[in-house]
Amino acid sequence: MKKVIAALAVGAAVALAFGGAEAKDWKKVRIGTEGAYAPWNVTDASGKLVGFEIDLGNDLCKRMKVQCEFVAQDWDGIIPALQQGKYDAIMSAMTITDERKQILDFTVPYGNDPSSLITDKKSPLASLAKTDILDIQTPAGKKAIDDLAKALAGKTVGVQTSTTQLAFLEKHLPKIAVRTYDKIDNAGIDLGAGRVDAVIGDRSVLEPIIKEDKGGNIVMFGPNLVRGVLGEGMGLGLRKQDADLKAMFDKAIAEATKDGTVSKLSKQHFGYDISIKK
Amino acid sequence: MNWTLMWDALPRLAAGVPVTVQLVLFAELAGVALATGMALMRLSGNPVADWIARSYVFVFRGTPLLVQIFLIYYGLGQFGGVRESVLWPVLREPYWCAILAMTLNTAAYGSEIIRGAIQAVPHGQIEAARACGMGRFLLFRRIIVPIAVRQALPAYGNEVILMIKASSLASTITLLEVTGIARRIIAQTFAVFEIFIVAGAIYLVLNFALAWAVRATERRLTPYARARV
Repeated sequence: MKKVIAALAVGAAVALAFGGAEAKDWKKVRIGTEGAYAPWNVTDASGKLVGFEIDLGNDLCKRMKVQCEFVAQDWDGIIPALQQGKYDAIMSAMTITDERKQILDFTVPYGNDPSSLITDKKSPLASLAKTDILDIQTPAGKKAIDDLAKALAGKTVGVQTSTTQLAFLEKHLPKIAVRTYDKIDNAGIDLGAGRVDAVIGDRSVLEPIIKEDKGGNIVMFGPNLVRGVLGEGMGLGLRKQDADLKAMFDKAIAEATKDGTVSKLSKQHFGYDISIKK
Repeated sequence: MNWTLMWDALPRLAAGVPVTVQLVLFAELAGVALATGMALMRLSGNPVADWIARSYVFVFRGTPLLVQIFLIYYGLGQFGGVRESVLWPVLREPYWCAILAMTLNTAAYGSEIIRGAIQAVPHGQIEAARACGMGRFLLFRRIIVPIAVRQALPAYGNEVILMIKASSLASTITLLEVTGIARRIIAQTFAVFEIFIVAGAIYLVLNFALAWAVRATERRLTPYARARV
């Protein structure tokens, strides 16, 4: 919360500094999203972008009194396209990490989702007990990673490229064989085909994969992990020079979190609450 | 432009060259064999064989390689029957799926090149060989093949160069060849421009070497053309 207040204070100061001169700038905000990361953002059968972030984004824009337009962009190029000005903000379940902060500015987080793992129910991995949400920097979290390393020895794990989970595997489980996919759905397909033994990803995107698996063979297992290289939650990514836009979004996110809009939309799309508490 | 980043990425990207070269090499070896078979079926005069070869070329030349790779890798793996078959240890691996797709694709183009080259063998040469009393097989081996190879070489060299570039599509099914590694480095550094420039330069060097080899072979196979110039 301290961070939120600090961010708000900075944001307010910047807004005051720029507000007068550049208020005209943000009548219309274009937001880039992957459109393949249900239920955060997904492209429906008619080609329209829908999902939690689309609903929340539109709500935030209403609070900011700007017109919003969502633009679909492959995850691979989502940061470069922001820098090239194809859109003004990224809202695509992007976790706030130190690495990304070097090139982007982030708003305050609007949600946090643990990293989880799925496997085939016949796999021996399925017996590794599910845990509560653990901070990987704590002793309990470290022990969970050790247990996971033992269970995964000699196995192959699927992961989406450019994600915090890939950074996590490279840093904490360097001995495990990894296959990277451009879309998490493809990793799920390969789990079904038996090409990988497990898939790691955000819990909220693994749940639809489990739900859509018609044979009912895919199950969640092992730890639910947060923080460290896994980041401190999802925020909108912005160009560093757009401090005024950050201030506007920070204010709107704080309001939407406080009045329960984030919780409500989250329960509607995920079935549980991913909003930032306290 | 971040020159240090580009310089550091070079050895990592170069580590993907063996995979790229293997993909193209295996796909071309199997592809030439399949293409020759298809070309001979086209020229056999047998309507069934002709129809099979025509349909094959129609399908594999008419659909994008990316679609073929996806169908073979993600598509076939969906069927339980395929997963339990003896082929699964091969089809399970993205490496062999990529080689299979590239083989089928290049063979479709290659068979047309070979067919054209065989048909372009001058009639007078064939008649002369017959007049010397050559049988069908000897005629094919001594006269048609050498002339057809010479005629096919420039177009086939083109096709191999296209395949080297097309091998970058293998990165879409998790293979870490040059483009796959480039995409992974970009995921860590976000330096799209720098990394793809280095990756592009690597393909340029590969294709330069290949084009040179094709030209050298061409010169060797056509000494009479050289002497006259």
